[in-house]
Amino acid sequence: MHVPDGFINAPVSVAAGAVAVGAVAVSLRGARRELDERTAPLAGLVAAFIFAVQMLNFPVAAGTSGHLLGGALAAILVGPYTAVLCVSVVLLMQGLLFADGGLTALGVNITVMACVTTVVAYAIFRGLAKVLPAGRRSVTAAAFTAALVSVPAAAAAFTLIYAIGGTTDVSLGKVATAMIGVHVLIGIGEAAITALTVGAVIAVRPDLVHGARGLTAPLKLRVGGELIDAPAAPAAAPASAASATSHRKLWAAGLVTSLVLAGFVSFYASTNPDGLEKVAHDKGFDKGEKEHDAADSPLADYGVKDITNTRLSGGLAGIIGVGVTVVAGSAVFWAVRRRRATDGTDTGPASTGAGVTATAPATPAATPAAKPAENA
Amino acid sequence: MGAGHAHRLYRQGHSPVHALPPHTKLTAVFCFVVVVVSTPREAMWAFAAYALLLASVAYAAHVPPLFWLKRLLIEVPFVAFALLLPFVAEGERTEVLGMSLSVHGLWGAWNVLAKGTLGVAASVLLAATTDLRELLLGLQRLKLPPLLVQIASFMIRYGDVVTDEMRRMKIARESRGFEARGVRQWGVLAKSAGALFIRSYERGERVHLAMVSRGYAGSMPVIDEATATRAQWTYALTLPLTALAVCLLGWTLS
Repeated sequence: MHVPDGFINAPVSVAAGAVAVGAVAVSLRGARRELDERTAPLAGLVAAFIFAVQMLNFPVAAGTSGHLLGGALAAILVGPYTAVLCVSVVLLMQGLLFADGGLTALGVNITVMACVTTVVAYAIFRGLAKVLPAGRRSVTAAAFTAALVSVPAAAAAFTLIYAIGGTTDVSLGKVATAMIGVHVLIGIGEAAITALTVGAVIAVRPDLVHGARGLTAPLKLRVGGELIDAPAAPAAAPASAASATSHRKLWAAGLVTSLVLAGFVSFYASTNPDGLEKVAHDKGFDKGEKEHDAADSPLADYGVKDITNTRLSGGLAGIIGVGVTVVAGSAVFWAVRRRRATDGTDTGPASTGAGVTATAPATPAATPAAKPAENA
Repeated sequence: MGAGHAHRLYRQGHSPVHALPPHTKLTAVFCFVVVVVSTPREAMWAFAAYALLLASVAYAAHVPPLFWLKRLLIEVPFVAFALLLPFVAEGERTEVLGMSLSVHGLWGAWNVLAKGTLGVAASVLLAATTDLRELLLGLQRLKLPPLLVQIASFMIRYGDVVTDEMRRMKIARESRGFEARGVRQWGVLAKSAGALFIRSYERGERVHLAMVSRGYAGSMPVIDEATATRAQWTYALTLPLTALAVCLLGWTLS
């Protein structure tokens, strides 16, 4: 369900809008890398597909029916960046043309439904695809799990945003239980449909499925009656230097934005305890609560010790928090990148792109399966 | 592709609101909604004033009230949710018609209902008075990244085509005796979805080739430059500025 206007308060909507703008900007760059100059027509058509497939009703039982949300499906079929773009465009158009979802809540909607869903789905899908043996069946299984987790993850993200900036006073526990409970059920349906759809596409055009690119076997040439390996395509190396500098700019912009948000916007944040603390207080079950181990750390309760002005100290704590997060995140990222650089030298041409299926040994075996639907 | 790409909410007309440049309308609606959302919920009269403002815009745009109210029905699932709030919210309780309701919940429901309805009403008015192509042009004028506008325009342009293809698949399935009754039929439906994806993607590839053969190099030529005069901006921004005055009054009075 799309979040309407007035459900999340103004400062949090603005913050979510900033997150959404950042995510779309990153995705625009990423999608150019995924699709090069074909981005506009292909992403547009995929967005139209998502828009249409959301109208395809899947009957459950006794007259009820559900429909696909499409975030996980898009991430697996066309890659995470393009998926974020497509779902964002669908949400934007739904907001502007069909008044579905509030205009001020657009940031929240894009953050939750476009970013969280696709990123979670793609991360899980990639992780599972690495662990499971390479094959069509494990791609389907990974798609199932990814879609299954992505929907409750989006519900959890919404609950988090609600906890920070919800305008109504429903207890966080109730919201979380209702949202996540309902969305686990929706997630099961989403998972089944996503896995079936990915399976159907892989059966016919495995080269189109972004998440199954590792499956395409290397091309073979038949020379004089015997198969030999085709020469590898030259890798595009010179692009990395240019992208490194632009990445740095992007990082700097993101860092400055989060510092500004943490430092200044938190001045205007509510001084009331958050929903969970409030519920705990109302119900009186925080009496026996033991103070957290870090309660006397310099940043306890989001304020810097020895600074009496609450707003100033809250802002400082926000800035320090962002700094620590960035350092920790960069350390992890750096470590992962180093590892990948060391063992990434022996990977061959992973993807060969569209138009080369004719000679690949993994030619579609199940083409007739999709025929009935194509006879329209 | 041959038909006009008018969407269902658009209503052809020649009112002063229709004639405004699209980017001024987009800005006006967005500012209006922001103002509405930041109004304190205790100032009930302010929301009545907003509703009056929107009604006067609808009158100026020659949008019949019935048409407008019918389009508001999109809100219904969400109204049901808002009506649930007084029963589940925390805090002190009050007796209304023999039911114990939460005061906070009542305020919350009122807040969400009033702001949500005004937001939907404003968006419906925008959609009713702005053509699809104009809307995209307006987004472009508002400095949305050109790539994003292109993606949106392709989505709009081919949305009907893809939806129609899906409808033809449905007819084909049904004419072969297929009937979607429950979970057991999901396999067939998912295969249709997969086929639809392949068709959409391949159509995208063909469209790209057709564009390249006509000289496309990453950006669309701008044929009609939509510019707004100062008078048009003033006319469009009357709505959010009046709303801002109401909002400030609401903050000072409450």
